[in-house]
This record gives sequence, C-alpha cells and structure tokens, in this order.
Amino acid sequence: MAKINPKTLLDKIWEAHEVAPGLIYIDLHLVHEVTTPQAFEELRLAGRPVRRPDRTLATADHNVPTDGTHVVSRIRDELSRVQVEVLERNCRDFGVPLYSLGSEHQGIVHVIGPELGITQPGMTIVCGDSHTATHGAFGALAFGVGTSEVAHVLATQCLVSNKPRSMRIRYEGKPGFGVTAKDLILATIGQMGVAGATGHVVEYAGPAIEALSMEGRMTICNMTIEGGGRAGMIAPDENTLSWLEGRPGAPDEIPSEWRSLKSDAEAQFDRELLVDASAVSPMVTWGTTPGMVVPVTGAVPEPQSEHEERALRYMDLAPGTPVQEIALDRVFIGSCTNSRVGDLRAAARMLDGHKVARGVYAMVVPGSQCVKAQAEREGLDEVFKRAGFDWRSAGCSMCLGMNPDVAAPGERVASTSNRNFEGRQGRGARSHLVSPQMAAAAAVAGRFVDIREWTT
Amino acid sequence: MKAVGVIAGKVSVIDRDDIDTDQIIPKQFLKRIERTGFGEFLFYDWAREPGWGLAKNPILVAGRNFGCGSSREHAVWALEDYGFEAILAPSFADIFRTNCTKVGLLPVALDETHCRAVAQAGEAEIDLENQEVRWPGATARFEIDADLRHRLLNGLDDVALTLSREEAILAYERERERPGPVTTAL
Repeated sequence: MAKINPKTLLDKIWEAHEVAPGLIYIDLHLVHEVTTPQAFEELRLAGRPVRRPDRTLATADHNVPTDGTHVVSRIRDELSRVQVEVLERNCRDFGVPLYSLGSEHQGIVHVIGPELGITQPGMTIVCGDSHTATHGAFGALAFGVGTSEVAHVLATQCLVSNKPRSMRIRYEGKPGFGVTAKDLILATIGQMGVAGATGHVVEYAGPAIEALSMEGRMTICNMTIEGGGRAGMIAPDENTLSWLEGRPGAPDEIPSEWRSLKSDAEAQFDRELLVDASAVSPMVTWGTTPGMVVPVTGAVPEPQSEHEERALRYMDLAPGTPVQEIALDRVFIGSCTNSRVGDLRAAARMLDGHKVARGVYAMVVPGSQCVKAQAEREGLDEVFKRAGFDWRSAGCSMCLGMNPDVAAPGERVASTSNRNFEGRQGRGARSHLVSPQMAAAAAVAGRFVDIREWTT
Repeated sequence: MKAVGVIAGKVSVIDRDDIDTDQIIPKQFLKRIERTGFGEFLFYDWAREPGWGLAKNPILVAGRNFGCGSSREHAVWALEDYGFEAILAPSFADIFRTNCTKVGLLPVALDETHCRAVAQAGEAEIDLENQEVRWPGATARFEIDADLRHRLLNGLDDVALTLSREEAILAYERERERPGPVTTAL
C-alpha cells in the first residue's frame, strides 16, 4: 500500500534532528587544525565551553608532513607546527578527544570517521571541511561548514540551517570493466556541471551504486561538493552494516531501524537526474574544474567559453590533443577521495611487474595510520616501493599542498584527489583528476592509458 | 557581527564564473591562526598576473557560482578585510554564501543581465531592508531569507540566539537524542 506521506531519506533524518524550525541537532562534529583555531578562540573569548566533547572528535591532517615525522614539535614548517600545537592545546583545554600526529588513529578526518565506526546511518555530521559529504555514504546527512558554524556547533551542538532541497541521481545500467566509482562521479559532474546540485542534498541510487563497495560509495559522496551539492548520501544496506560491524565506535548490536532507513518508494525529489552508468568510460579531467572532464579515449576539447580558454592556457594543452598523449611529471595517490585500503589495493594490482616511468615522481599517501598499517600487513607498501613509488605517512598531503608535498610550477600531475583548481597542488601546477587504477597505470606509462587494455 | 546597513559606492568587477575559494585565498595563508589580516593575500596568485587590478570598493560583482570549492571561511575574511561589504553575483556556492552571512559580508544574487548592468554602471546602492539594488537608471529586487535578513540588519550573534533556546536543546537531548557514538569512549 502506498504511504500517505512518502518521505525521502533527507526528510527522515532532518525531521529526527529538528530541535526547532531552522535549528538542527548535530550528532557528530569532526574537527581538524586548519578551520578551527579561530572557532576555539571565539569560545574562549566568550567564556563558553564545548557543549558536547563526547560528540566531537579531532585529528591533525591538512598540515602534517608525510615524511614519517611523528611528533608535533618536530614539524619543520613553523606555521604548520604552531597550528597543530594550537589544535592540541585547544583539545586539551576544551576536553575534546584528539588523534594528533603520532597517534595510531591519526589520519584524514573523512577517512578516520568511517574507519572508527563513528560514521553511522541516520546521523547528522558536520566538519569545517567541504568534503564532509563523504560520510553520507553510510546514510548519514553530512555537511561541510565554515569556521563561524564550527564555533556555533562547538558551543551549542546545533546548526542554524534551512532544509536544503532534495535531488536524486539515479544510475542506470552496469558500468563496464575498468570503470570505477571515481569515473562515475567525474562523469556525473561532467554531465550536470560544477554547480549542477547547488542548494541540494543529493541521494545517489540505482544498481550501480548498490554494487559499489563502501569505499567506492565514499568516493562518490565525497565529490558531491564538486557538483555544488550540499551533501551526498546513499541509503544503508547490508554492505553498510557489515562495514560497521566490530568497529570501535559501532554499537554491539546493529539497530534494526538502520535496515529500513531509506527514501520511501513514492517519495518526491525536487530534482532528478539520470546517468547511464553503462556509457561511462575511465575519465580524466583536462581543465581547472572537476567538470572539465573527458573519457580517456577522448581528446582535449575545443574551448566553449573564456573560462575554458583560460583553463587550456593554464593547463598548457591544445584542443584536439588525445588524452593518452598527455605526458606526466608526477603521480599522487591519496586524499579523502581515494586513499582507503581498497583504493590502494586497486592501484597496487596495476603495478605487478612494472616500474614507474623515468622522469616521473610517484607517491602514495595512505588516508590514515590504520590504512597504512593494514596496507603494510598486506604487503602493498612493498608492491608500491618495488615499482618506484614513494610510500608516505598519512595526511591530506598533495590534495591541497599545505604541507611540503607540492608540485612545482608547470609540473603535470595525475592525481586521485578531488580538485584540479589553478594552483591547488602547487602554484602553477597542472592537475588531472583520475581513479587510483588510472593513476598507477599512468605512473608506469608516463602518460594516461586506457586501463581497460592494461596488462600486468 | 556588525549590522548591515545600506551599502553604497563604487563596484569592482571580476568577470569570471566558478571562482573557487582556492583562488580567493590560496592554501598557504590558511596556516594563520588569527581571523584578521587576510586582505593583503586576496586573489594572491591572480594578483601577480599581468593586467590584474582590483580596486578596494565596497561592492564586488563576479560571475556565476562564486565561492565554490573549499569551505574555508578565510575566503570571506579576506574579501571583507580587503574592503568589500557586499558581493553581487548570478549565483553562489552554498557554503561560501552561508559563511558570508555569518561574517556580515552581504551576498546578493541577481540575474546575469542585472549583474552586468551594475558592473557597467560602476556604482550601486544595496538596500537590504528593502531588498533592492539601485544603480543609475535602474533598480532590481533581490530575494533573501526573512530570518537571515533580520539577523543581518540587526547584527545579531547566531551563537547567542541559539543559546537563548537552551530549553529546546535540553529537551531534544533528553527526549530525542540519538544514542552514540561516544567519541570520548573510543
């Protein structure tokens, strides 16, 4: 029987957290060193405590070196060191649990939440970071917020917000061999544009989504913000529940309501978008937004706007150049988009018997110390090192280049991260966003390759 | 937060779409732990390109999807510190728009034709109370959430407002709060 008042997953989570109209309760607040010093200072000046330290968790990720430095006082860059020291002091003063440099649980904030099992279905989660949408892969409503909102959540555990509009992106058909979650989301952003989901919470659905691992789902939700979306989410299923089982933050018994947490069949979305998953190829970005993207079998397009002309100049690419002829200087495997153990396994599988091309510098930055330890238990570090990759320690690293991991001006990078903006990975650096598999194969070939034809 | 009054004066123009917050304030400046002094680093890399010029005016007119990308509020602090009091654009990225409203930098969405007309006119008056942008020879109305408008006009502090609803928050925590996870018990 049809429900009288069918609801979306967003409706259900929103209603369960509405303290009052326009004010929602936050179940988990994740904190890192870059967007919080001014927020803690605001609390200090106003004499306010952190309302719920037990709903708050901090880590150091954006700024930390990945060279194995494991004590904050030894961070060589003074400004970075001070910022992480300030985080340590703030967490101590306000009673917030912290996994700082040196902790076995330190890592990228969007990697450690799911890893610890504290990212759970039906929750509201915020963090002063736009990639907070990652946690939506577990059927949570997860937003990126600014520093003023960080201060607000620290002080009140609530967020002032009107309910965003809802959007469903449904994938039809089965992705072909060699097509990854990263390719699906890059193709989606290419289709709808970088502001295609502005003002909306996106629910991803369809058999291609259901078939993804939790890591693949995190990759999809992570890049929702690159399409302008406020948050991305995927209804929980058996996959979600088995990920959570036995993790330190997860309940001993999985609540039965997690299984039924999904949009009602007749629920209406403010917008719907269909993506033909069977038509998606391995993708490579050519420009300076994630929406400037083509299949690896394609060529750099003719510019359609001043914006695209500028992007081509910055990227030093001529229209018509086949993507597979673009030669690379650097390869970066890492970031909150693609640095989990499944990503590293997939990349390592491409490397058997291969060496990184002469003249290419390639690095792997595991998303967390736990990912690093697990990868080392599986011998993945040896596979990468044998191939000539630099095996690093956990952090955001070259995704945004706040630590010493930056590309030089003019260098061309194949990167598994989420943003190819001008200067993002280093002033004048040219970034191409790809999947971990593509990044690994490109490191070997020294250029982009169609990974569907790759042999190890 | 200071109250937003009528913002009037000359306009500066950056005629580009999808200006991301990495351009507005590059990452190397996010290491600062203060909230002030970001203005001199505004558009740091673009400002080093030949032909760049951005006058310190009260109003900035920019292209679609302004402020996309990173959530860094430092972008808003830099624009405000540089001297801007309002940004006019056909559309804004969500987090950036919210960050603006928390700081009192007024984000005004006007359609592209009107944005271009304001840029052409070189000066404008933005009247939040009456939700109007006026420039020589024309006026356009803009939409803004009523609660937000009230808060901006009166310079009200969000945290203080929410703390005044302590009863409702306590009731929520008592009756409806979701059990766990408890981060202090990991």
